[in-house]
Amino acid sequence: MKVLIPGALRSYTESSEAEAAGATLGEVLVDLDRRYTGIRFRMVDEQDRIRRHIRIFVNGGQVRELSQPLAITDEVVIVQALSGG
Amino acid sequence: MAGRKSSPARPKQRPRAQRKLVVLVATRKGAWLLHGDAARNSWRVDGPHFLGHIISHLVLDPRDGRTLLAAAKTGHLGPTVFRSTDMGRNWKEAARPPAFAKAPQGEKGRSVDHTFWLTPAHANEPNVWYAGTSPQGLFRSEDGGVTWSPFSSINDDMKYREWMGTVQDGTPDGPKMHSIIVDPRDPKHLYFGMSGGGVHESVDGGNTWTPLLKGMEVVEGFDASTPTFHDPHCVRMCPSNPDRLYQQNHCGIYRIDRPSTEWVRVGRSMPKRVGDVGFPMVVHPRDDNTVWVLPMNGTTVWPRTSPEGKPAVYATRNAGKTWQRQDAGLPASQAWWTVKRQAMTGDAQDPVGLYFGTTSGELWMSRDEGRKWSCIARNLPEIYAVETAGI
Repeated sequence: MKVLIPGALRSYTESSEAEAAGATLGEVLVDLDRRYTGIRFRMVDEQDRIRRHIRIFVNGGQVRELSQPLAITDEVVIVQALSGG
Repeated sequence: MAGRKSSPARPKQRPRAQRKLVVLVATRKGAWLLHGDAARNSWRVDGPHFLGHIISHLVLDPRDGRTLLAAAKTGHLGPTVFRSTDMGRNWKEAARPPAFAKAPQGEKGRSVDHTFWLTPAHANEPNVWYAGTSPQGLFRSEDGGVTWSPFSSINDDMKYREWMGTVQDGTPDGPKMHSIIVDPRDPKHLYFGMSGGGVHESVDGGNTWTPLLKGMEVVEGFDASTPTFHDPHCVRMCPSNPDRLYQQNHCGIYRIDRPSTEWVRVGRSMPKRVGDVGFPMVVHPRDDNTVWVLPMNGTTVWPRTSPEGKPAVYATRNAGKTWQRQDAGLPASQAWWTVKRQAMTGDAQDPVGLYFGTTSGELWMSRDEGRKWSCIARNLPEIYAVETAGI
């Protein structure tokens, strides 16, 4: 499925879009990391929690759990929630 | 202390042949390398590297003279370590940055917010590095910083977890594990400091640890026998005498001479109006009687700025019996600086060059062991760490 990548993570993908596969959001991020090594840990911590300033939307709705099931036609959008200066 | 024998202080050693210097500056918004000539008169600025990344520490491996590690994160992305083997022309991310072990099902595990401190290990252990993190954890790499493994003896030990407290117990941007020190005579003899949590020692490569707190004071009203209440800011071992360590603590300046297990508060001889509170501690590379500190205001609500707005370095040449003010070239008034614990260092030349970076983005240096100071860079982001290396 298509995954939209925020600017802060394009040093990994060198593109605003990436392809990744998986039946859940967690699987998609693991597959993304297989293709772009290191990208997952910047978004998800070692306890499998989505990091504080990362937001992930699926078909326009925010998803907070990696166990969220996904369909092959879903669009995943990763956003960095900037704060501070 | 278990097992270590004392060795007498060595005579002053001659410095190695002078080489070109690089000053490694880590800031809240990226990293800069300042390449100096052997005389330390002119500087070529290389940077920014990782513009926008929070760089807590930037260290060159003295064993190979070419591997640079940078502890990095951004405000919105997780932490990582970048490495370069060509002085920063190319960087590659660690394949497995420092990360705590996954907690068992149903338990709340910790996650590394940032790697705070990097220490190359013993000269006979090439490619081995140690890292300290926030929240506090100790990590080791055996492949030059590509992959990192946690020390369960600290990170998962319930006693140490209690002593290091929670995120709420630490410094404003998170409790720090810092001052990871390797004895040049013995790779298994290690020290580290925890803010808060005290100073700890291992003589078996980190399998077991012992608090080293005696003589260290704590804030009035708290129990000095409890490691939790101790806040060492920066601990340094003297390269010329590894049995001697100095410490800048939240509650004063200390020296310890092993095998004694008791710290002595040598900051008592600092001028009363200045006090002996600060963050950094710098030791002379060849003279174990000489160290430098940069005091800050630790009164009332703890401004942590230069006392009276008049920044000064203080040096002792007699192991803390007396201190001399060194402020020639520094602003005489209205300079409300803060210099963080990693942001002051020395080089190995003769006379020793000293360097410190301020939270207001100025980099200052002295070519003559602190007698006179000059600003060699300004308008940088908030400076977190300054290191030097001969190349």
